[in-house]
Amino acid sequence: MNENPISKEYLDFIKEKQKKKRLILIWQVSLLIIFLFSWELLARLGIINTFLVSSPSAIYKLLIEYIKNGSLFRHIGISLWETILGFSIGTILGIIIAIILWWSDTIARILDPFFVVLNALPKTALAPILIVWAGAGVKGIVVIAISISLISTILAAYNYFINVDKEKIKMLQSFGASKFQILTKLILPANVKNIINIVKINIGLSWVGVIVGEFLVSRSGIGYLIVYGGQVFRLDLVMMGVFVLAICALLMYQAINLIEKLIKR
Amino acid sequence: MSYPIELRNVSKSFYTMDQELLVLDDLSFKLNKGEILGILGPSGCGKSTILNLLSSLISPTSGKININGDIGYMFQKDHLLEWRNIIDNITIGLEIQKKINQESLLEIDLLLKKYGLWNFKHHYPHQLSGGMRQRVALIRTLATSPDILLLDEPFSSLDYQTRLQVSDDVYKIIREEGKEAILVTHDISEAISMVDRAIILTHRPAKVKSIHNINLTVQGEKSPLSARKAPEFKDYFNILWKELDYNE
Repeated sequence: MNENPISKEYLDFIKEKQKKKRLILIWQVSLLIIFLFSWELLARLGIINTFLVSSPSAIYKLLIEYIKNGSLFRHIGISLWETILGFSIGTILGIIIAIILWWSDTIARILDPFFVVLNALPKTALAPILIVWAGAGVKGIVVIAISISLISTILAAYNYFINVDKEKIKMLQSFGASKFQILTKLILPANVKNIINIVKINIGLSWVGVIVGEFLVSRSGIGYLIVYGGQVFRLDLVMMGVFVLAICALLMYQAINLIEKLIKR
Repeated sequence: MSYPIELRNVSKSFYTMDQELLVLDDLSFKLNKGEILGILGPSGCGKSTILNLLSSLISPTSGKININGDIGYMFQKDHLLEWRNIIDNITIGLEIQKKINQESLLEIDLLLKKYGLWNFKHHYPHQLSGGMRQRVALIRTLATSPDILLLDEPFSSLDYQTRLQVSDDVYKIIREEGKEAILVTHDISEAISMVDRAIILTHRPAKVKSIHNINLTVQGEKSPLSARKAPEFKDYFNILWKELDYNE
């Protein structure tokens, strides 16, 4: 950085920081190992009922089996596809509607009470009706996923859009900007970060929608594995489903973080 | 003969559900060719309303406004867009008016070099100091080559030192480019140091209270800095101070 020699104190400081970081990681890994190990041990000793809680080795064996016969990837693929469809359609449609509301104050005011009611309503309550309307299978499940994220997206995006600095709008108007130019040159670029945050929230909501949908109707997908395992009292299947679900959600979240970093650069 | 800007009996009211608020009451004044006109008034008297009228963001309730030429608006804050670099911030006006071409870009390059921003062309706003940001905002306004500049307390967000420097720059630019300008401010010294004529407004509803010609004897070329050293400066200050009547 500069020509000054690095002081011993500074090196110590760096060392101390790294030591602490290592310590935290060691603790995190050990906690996980201790948890899994004692679970396995208690299961083998018959202290806990494997019928109710299964055991790590049984879950692992099942996972390998599902990977080997390829059905795991089919289930993951279907759920992933439904989730991606759900959150991307929900986000894009929500933002388009938010733009319309931003464009016309009258429409926004007319629709306001309806959005408030819809937002307060737990959307999963609509799932059975949506399945009837949109049909069982992927279509119905995606519609449930969309319904869960759509209203909150509209309300959040609209709120972000109308809170863009009025003076900046005035600045663009002083150059004679049209409403469309204000939208594309100010409102949307000013809210890129906020839109990414909406996407992050919607991924979580879409997973909820997809799992609920799969609980209700489907013959495949992670939600189906979980609900099927529950029905036939195969707790190792349920646990595996939850584990795979957690990994998928995490990977998707990390992917968005990566995209966010690319955009910032 | 036509003036760059002429207001005749202009009134403006704002309406809410509770009341009707008269902000400008029968306002008439002219901006002469090549002139910098100052508008001074107590805060909340409707100065911004005048600028909004002049830039056609709102229309008057009654009266006539004649404007001959293109208006360039310079704001209190720089309003640079953080996600655009300096050059893209400057061209936004041209972009909106679909007037980006080789010629206009060369013009901008010249302005950037002239005002010491050339090396910061590809920097982002947050990397620049307040004074530099305000100069970028000025170049953004000038890039669309307006004939008349509206300055809405353009220095009030800067610290004192930068403020003197930037007002000096702005003054030179207006004179060099031979433009007219209306400076709205509540800072008496700033007004005296920059304008040829000052209009004093009353409390709301704003009426023209008095108009003062500012004639300063300055050695060499006049600039806001040298103007502050003129012997008449103090007298004008006292006159305008009394007129503004802050104790009312």
